[in-house]
Amino acid sequence: MAGIVKRRTVVGTQKSQRGSEESPWVKWLLIGFAMLFCGVFLLLPLINVFAQAFAKGLPHYWGSLKHPDSLAAIRLTLLVAAISVPLNVVFGLAAAWAIAKFEFKGKSLLITLIDLPFSVSPVVAGLVFVVLFGMQGYFGEWLMDRNIRIIFAVPGIAMATIFITFPFVARELIPIMQAQGSDQEQAALTLGASGWQTFWYVTLPSVRWGLLYGVILCNSRAMGEFGAVSVVSGHITGHTDTMPLRVEKLYNEYQGPAAFAVASLLALLALLTLLIKTYLEWRQHREEGASQAAPDPTLPNA
Amino acid sequence: MSIELKNISKRFGEVVAVDDVSLTVAEGELVALLGPSGGGKTTVLRMIAGLEVPTEGDIVIRGQRMNDVPVQQRNIGFVFQGYALFKTMSVFDNIAFGLKIKKWKKADIADRVAELLKLFGLDGLGKRYPHQLSGGQRQRVAIARALAPKPSVLLLDEPFGAVDAKIRQELRDWLVHLHDELNVTTVFVTHDQEEAMEVSNRIVIFSRGRLEQIGAPREVYEQPRNEFVARFIGVLNILELRVENGVARLHELAFPAHGVAEGQRLRIGFRPYAVQLSPNLGEYRYRATIKHVYFLGVLLRLELETPSGLVLRTRITKDEFTRLKLAQGDTVSFQIREYRVLSRDGDSLPVEVSAVHQTVPFGEGI
Repeated sequence: MAGIVKRRTVVGTQKSQRGSEESPWVKWLLIGFAMLFCGVFLLLPLINVFAQAFAKGLPHYWGSLKHPDSLAAIRLTLLVAAISVPLNVVFGLAAAWAIAKFEFKGKSLLITLIDLPFSVSPVVAGLVFVVLFGMQGYFGEWLMDRNIRIIFAVPGIAMATIFITFPFVARELIPIMQAQGSDQEQAALTLGASGWQTFWYVTLPSVRWGLLYGVILCNSRAMGEFGAVSVVSGHITGHTDTMPLRVEKLYNEYQGPAAFAVASLLALLALLTLLIKTYLEWRQHREEGASQAAPDPTLPNA
Repeated sequence: MSIELKNISKRFGEVVAVDDVSLTVAEGELVALLGPSGGGKTTVLRMIAGLEVPTEGDIVIRGQRMNDVPVQQRNIGFVFQGYALFKTMSVFDNIAFGLKIKKWKKADIADRVAELLKLFGLDGLGKRYPHQLSGGQRQRVAIARALAPKPSVLLLDEPFGAVDAKIRQELRDWLVHLHDELNVTTVFVTHDQEEAMEVSNRIVIFSRGRLEQIGAPREVYEQPRNEFVARFIGVLNILELRVENGVARLHELAFPAHGVAEGQRLRIGFRPYAVQLSPNLGEYRYRATIKHVYFLGVLLRLELETPSGLVLRTRITKDEFTRLKLAQGDTVSFQIREYRVLSRDGDSLPVEVSAVHQTVPFGEGI
């Protein structure tokens, strides 16, 4: 979340530490502790995922991945991501625009609502949809009559995923858009640009790195969501199992290496996400520049 | 007329930002909208541009009523306070933006941008990005961008606010020269009276959404229409006097006030330059001690205190100060050569000067 903001705070603390210098052993103790903690709780499990995945050798690894049910899970996961991420982008841009550029009643309510998925347990998020659209749900009968299946089917999984990933793009864009204000947009208008041209040539480029960052975070969450999806999916093998559900099912069926083979794809996705995130932050930083002004050549006519 | 505002008002909910303002700007004029912050001057500028819609009144540009014409079609150039350069575009693309939108041919765009870069002393900076420019360069890019599509009016919102004092002076001169060269009708907003006096042909003074006075810099300085203008343009000493036996008095100071009712109160204002000093205690009527001397360069600012404790602000050239052999702590005699009655009878509303007898106009700063 909020890449720029976070990075600035980190820089700030580094600077302030220089003033009140700690003795070296405190410094090394803290660094050592942080490293050890990350190693034990993050790095070790990650390495173990790959170790377990390849425990029975490469052919078995491929075999597990190429199993029709695993392929179906991968396909479903990609489909859900392909539905929820674009919707999230549209919603995120609209919400961030509204919040950053307009003053209206209920603005703080909207901001709070956007954060809701962060504070609600995913299981509850899933259950909400079951209560709404399930067989015994409010719209259950109406949907049954029309032969529309939402719960225990792809639409339900997509809905739950959208609910969970709701804040990612908006949360990323709001601080950026707020910081930029609407001067650039107004400048574009005075130069004759239409609303659409202004959005396309001015607004979108100026938030592009933040937007991309939000998209990859949203994507990794959309692919990795377990709780909410688990409630609405119904676990129909080969039909409504996403990758995380498939991992759990395989593991419960004592197929450890196969479970880890699928899990390794998710871990790979996580690593890739981190890599892209780091790159985007670097680009953003470089473009907005530690903007030291260039020397001013002599003015004309002065 | 290039711009005509006819009885313009703008209300934001309960707040009246602009109150019944009428104003005309001639073709090729360079006009300053001056006033304290919150005075409504930026709102007027934004209404001319079409970024705000007036609640009442008409805006006419080159004979065409503009109220319902959207900002894109008003053919104005607007320079924002923080410049609002497109930070993801190079200097070239910033300046070319308006031309691309108007679908100019590529070659024509290149020519026009090159011409502007040259005119604005930005040669060789076309490929830079805004964050790679100095404050002064950014401002010039912003003006170049606004002028590129050849607008009929150039509007600038606090154009010198974001650069430091030294560059500000250069930019002021430069803007005057640029205006001489291009002769485009220009309206700019400022809260700095010195800036308005130096740069513009005419000054429009705003306060609390109301138009206080319009005039050439010298006119508003020498003939301020009311106390607000007098105080806002230049430094002013203000005395509250009471009339006794045909003389308005405050401590030892006395001004003739024939025909003013006994016991009435008068407010009198005078410029720092209007005070004449002499080391010879017999020369002028009043006495004072020089409490402080502030060095401003060619000018010195003096703080005088009369025996009864009145404090007056005066200015004197360094040469004059030396010639009179004055020093901090000296006692001098002084007189107030020119002053103006601002209001009477505790009336908080400024009264036209001509309403009171015998006033001496302000001279130009001596």
